[in-house]
Amino acid sequence: MAQQDTVEPTRRDFLYIATGAMGAVGVGALAWPFIHQMNPDASALALASIEVDVSSIEEGQSIKVMWRGKPVFIRYRTEKEVGEAKEVPIADLPDPMARNLNLGPDADASDVNRGVKDNEALIVMVGVCTHLGCIPLGEAGDFGGWFCPCHGSHYDTAGRIRKGPAPENLMIPPFEFISDEVIRIG
Amino acid sequence: MAGHSNYVPQSAAAKWLESRLPVISLVRGSFVDFPTPKNLNYWWTFGGILFFVLIAQIITGIVLVMHYTASTTAAFASVEHIMRDVNFGWLMRYLHANGASMFFIAVFIHMFRGMYYGSYKAPREISWILGVVIFLIMMATAFMGYVLPWGQMSFWGATVITNLFSALPLVGEPIVNWLWGGFAVDNPTLNRFFSLHYLLPFMIFGVVLLHVWAFHTSGNSNPTGINPKTKQDTIPFHPYYTVKDLFAIVVFMIFFAYFVFYIPNFLGHADNYIEANPLVTPTHIVPEWYFLPFYAILRAVPDKLGGVILMFGSIAVLFVLPWLDTSKVRSGTYRPLFKQFFWIFAAVCVGLGYLGAMPAEGIYVTLARILTAYYFAHFLIILPLLGFLEKPKALPASISEAVLAGSGGGQPAGAVSAPETK
Repeated sequence: MAQQDTVEPTRRDFLYIATGAMGAVGVGALAWPFIHQMNPDASALALASIEVDVSSIEEGQSIKVMWRGKPVFIRYRTEKEVGEAKEVPIADLPDPMARNLNLGPDADASDVNRGVKDNEALIVMVGVCTHLGCIPLGEAGDFGGWFCPCHGSHYDTAGRIRKGPAPENLMIPPFEFISDEVIRIG
Repeated sequence: MAGHSNYVPQSAAAKWLESRLPVISLVRGSFVDFPTPKNLNYWWTFGGILFFVLIAQIITGIVLVMHYTASTTAAFASVEHIMRDVNFGWLMRYLHANGASMFFIAVFIHMFRGMYYGSYKAPREISWILGVVIFLIMMATAFMGYVLPWGQMSFWGATVITNLFSALPLVGEPIVNWLWGGFAVDNPTLNRFFSLHYLLPFMIFGVVLLHVWAFHTSGNSNPTGINPKTKQDTIPFHPYYTVKDLFAIVVFMIFFAYFVFYIPNFLGHADNYIEANPLVTPTHIVPEWYFLPFYAILRAVPDKLGGVILMFGSIAVLFVLPWLDTSKVRSGTYRPLFKQFFWIFAAVCVGLGYLGAMPAEGIYVTLARILTAYYFAHFLIILPLLGFLEKPKALPASISEAVLAGSGGGQPAGAVSAPETK
């Protein structure tokens, strides 16, 4: 208990640690600009929203628009497609969440939560496979929805993953109707 | 390295330089007087071949950069400009594109040679690990280089590979956006890949020097796997191995030239002559052939994160290979069971390469799963157990004895032993 062989920290020890800590902070502060310069820049962020006229899409037709360098699928689904999507019990889905950024994160993947509010036949989704980012082909695959040719992910008519390696349903971007015919995505 | 030199400077200028920077004795000790086992067979020439290919890639690459434009609007056209307008541009580009494939052919042979002859075992673990580091940097370099022509395969290959990082929980999405510099592969991505593609080969060059330094400290391994015991077991690097390596390089150049001049696009993909289109994915995406075995492992796993982990794991396992192989005998020549498992393993790697090129459906997926399981079992089960279960053959007393007996590591008598019998 009374051993005195541990020397009290000296002022020199304090200066040594304080200098080292200051140096570490300095290195970190200098490293950050070199790391952050690779993040999306102001011009990439500026392209974050687009406006699309959806009035001319007929039943059974789809259009593809570019948003943030990615395609967005807008499809006016047929009654049969909506019917098929509604029949699937949520418990059968590999991903039970809506993945709809217009709804809360807890919303389930029912067809109502996937389609456009008050216009369920219309669906707006980011057309990027949630596996490794390829563009799925429309009206294809085992479930008549979308099929990704890269690694074989099958999505149903509501863009929900049903079979294959993709972990999540196709993402529904934030969007709103700014008039009866035009939506703004982003 | 310098310690192996018996160089004594003669001229006044050489004495002046040596006493200030002993670079002459360093080079002499490393590549002239360096005592090298006298039984190295032609599989050992691939180190020299790889050095030649690295230099060739750097030279053709520097030339291509003089004519290439890194911009999504101009990159594809500038590559066509190189092919059609630039004097000998077609030659430079075909040398560079096929050179990448030659690099991987040579590195795969070099790695399998190391595995067969147990070159990774003590005391050469560091050299092996540095080799795996070089392999990783090579893969990153090749991947980024393939993106630069901005064709369909460039774009979608970049998309799929960078998306691998999105499998990481929580940090995945920010990391991918950071790699891209946006929300999709685009101009910032192309520019940073160009910058890094220029940088990484010089990093490879640096690690290659460490790789050589490491096995020049421990001494080369050799087909018998036993250490040189007397001066009779070694010969100076120059002229014996400089000439042997040079001969092998010339033969390799003939093989290389056949691809460049007769089938320059055989190893490429036709879709990469279509300009990148972010709205259309080609129906059948395949990476370059040298990534196919790893791609097959990625696709074999039905889970996204799991596939990514196994794919990186298939290379990570190489780092610990020196400690997974429990056998005291280095060379596969004296390991009857290991020899058979080695060839099964080699066939499995080729099989995975084949499956990586096939569509991910039906029987191909099942086979890919079986071969993936075997790939890992080879390293994690078979190699550790073999060391205990196998009874190796008797080792020769020395390298000289093996050479004189005509079994200098599985090579027929004659050429190898000729300098001795004279």
